[in-house]
Amino acid sequence: MNGIPSSTYFTAPPDWGWLIVFYFFFGGLAGGCYFIAVLIDFFGRPEDRPLARLGYLISFPCLIISGILLTVDLYRPERFWHMLIESNTFQPMFKYWSPMSVGSWSLLIFGLFSFLSFLSALADSGRITWSGARRLRPPGTIGGIISIIGGLFAFYVAGYTGVLLAVTNRPIWSDSPLLGMLFVISAASISAALMILLAERNRWTMPGIADLHRMDVWVLALELIVLIAFLISLGPVFRAWFSVWGVVLLLGVVVLGMLVPLSLSWRRQWLGGLNATATAALVLIGGFILRMAIVLGAEAV
Amino acid sequence: MNMAEPMGFYTDTTVCIGCKACEVACKEWNQLPSTNGGQNTLSGDSYDNTRRLDGLHWRHVKFVEQFTEDRGEGRWLLMSDVCKHCVQAACLEVCPTNAIIRTEFDTVVIQSDACNGCRDCITACPFGVIDINPVSGTAQKCTLCYDRLQTGMEPACSKACPTDSIQFGTISDLRGRAQKRVEQLQQGGEKRAYLYGADEKMLGGLNSFFLLVDKPEVYGLPPDPKMPTRNLVPGTLFSMLGAVLVGLIGIFNFRNRGARAREETRL
Repeated sequence: MNGIPSSTYFTAPPDWGWLIVFYFFFGGLAGGCYFIAVLIDFFGRPEDRPLARLGYLISFPCLIISGILLTVDLYRPERFWHMLIESNTFQPMFKYWSPMSVGSWSLLIFGLFSFLSFLSALADSGRITWSGARRLRPPGTIGGIISIIGGLFAFYVAGYTGVLLAVTNRPIWSDSPLLGMLFVISAASISAALMILLAERNRWTMPGIADLHRMDVWVLALELIVLIAFLISLGPVFRAWFSVWGVVLLLGVVVLGMLVPLSLSWRRQWLGGLNATATAALVLIGGFILRMAIVLGAEAV
Repeated sequence: MNMAEPMGFYTDTTVCIGCKACEVACKEWNQLPSTNGGQNTLSGDSYDNTRRLDGLHWRHVKFVEQFTEDRGEGRWLLMSDVCKHCVQAACLEVCPTNAIIRTEFDTVVIQSDACNGCRDCITACPFGVIDINPVSGTAQKCTLCYDRLQTGMEPACSKACPTDSIQFGTISDLRGRAQKRVEQLQQGGEKRAYLYGADEKMLGGLNSFFLLVDKPEVYGLPPDPKMPTRNLVPGTLFSMLGAVLVGLIGIFNFRNRGARAREETRL
């Protein structure tokens, strides 16, 4: 092909820039924090309940920010509702084979569940006095149902952005089916990291923080494996990374966001009391750089 | 919708002279504004100053220069590029607002009043045809002069083409004409002549297909364009696998200790 590695090289870049990078980051946090909060609610200790509450408290504001970013990124933001209602017929607009269409509905539905869990977290922490709100999260039946359905949508919101990129014809994005998986796992790692950071800031000492930290290390190791698999699966398109974005991916994501935090977790005495905070902060930064390199790296091809 | 016979373009690149009458006719009929306040910037290395298809340029005459190092030998390949109006259209498939429709002429049209400028179609089009029109803030491309077709008129570009490089008609008629032209060229010694996108193998068939005399990539065309949804099922399954693995890691880390704590509380 005259030195061109893939037919995807003949497409035009969509000009998805910083707003989309931030959207992917906050969307990942919204879905990931909710997902982890549900896990803690169902499988954690009773004394870890504030940690799950923290997850719900992070999720909803992040989702609101995501929605704003996504709307502002449209060239015609006042027509954002066209994603949900067909403007010519006023019928519901839904295409199960279009990740952007399913994603729009998922954001809306997840928003509802995230809001309910957010209310329950506020009631749980005494910030609102409506006692009924406490029933909106486990261990009760209603709370259990809300968390399970919300958790499923949280997973979708965290990962659909990667599938959306794969269901295009752009180089890198559409040359591998692993982006969705990478984004789901990364959403979990950055969300666990943010929850650890905020828990440390609040000087919480519940045992769940250590569990969360341990989980983050495992998830980070898995993320590294999937990132390598993603790069290998690109085949000849791998050479698209022979650019400044490849350097950003290597240094910012692999080294700074993965290898250094994994090393810090392995050698806990290196930074003493700052070890856990530094590890979480680096994972969070690495997760942002991952999205930046993937979005802007493909834009630059 | 009453289906008329599928209509399209057949572009014979061997008779294109690069006059750009098609570009001008397209701009004029579709009232597409000039760029840069009417002062066009020159590419500086080619007579091709349009450079690519975008929201304001729905026709683009490509100038491909093939010269030896000493410029002793060479040739120009000229091709008037346009939306391919694919039978299996990637842009239409992914559009989340149904702004992109298939018309009764089997052509693909973007309804500007329904588009919200999400740009998913830009990422999906394997030919890099679609872009945002900065005036309307919506994605735009060739409509195959849908308004002219509805009144029985020929599209502006093919009407203006002085060499019949761009031919308009029913797809069945155009394919017949194109095949005869390939045979004529091959009998005359141009063995490289072939049709790009004229049969169903490429995205179900391109309703705007081309006669080429070199590899597709030389003309900036993908040799093997694909539908974006090829990654939908594997991408979703791998994502689910990712979620299951994360879930298992989470359960493994919280459950043992949580169960032990609950047991201790009970005792």
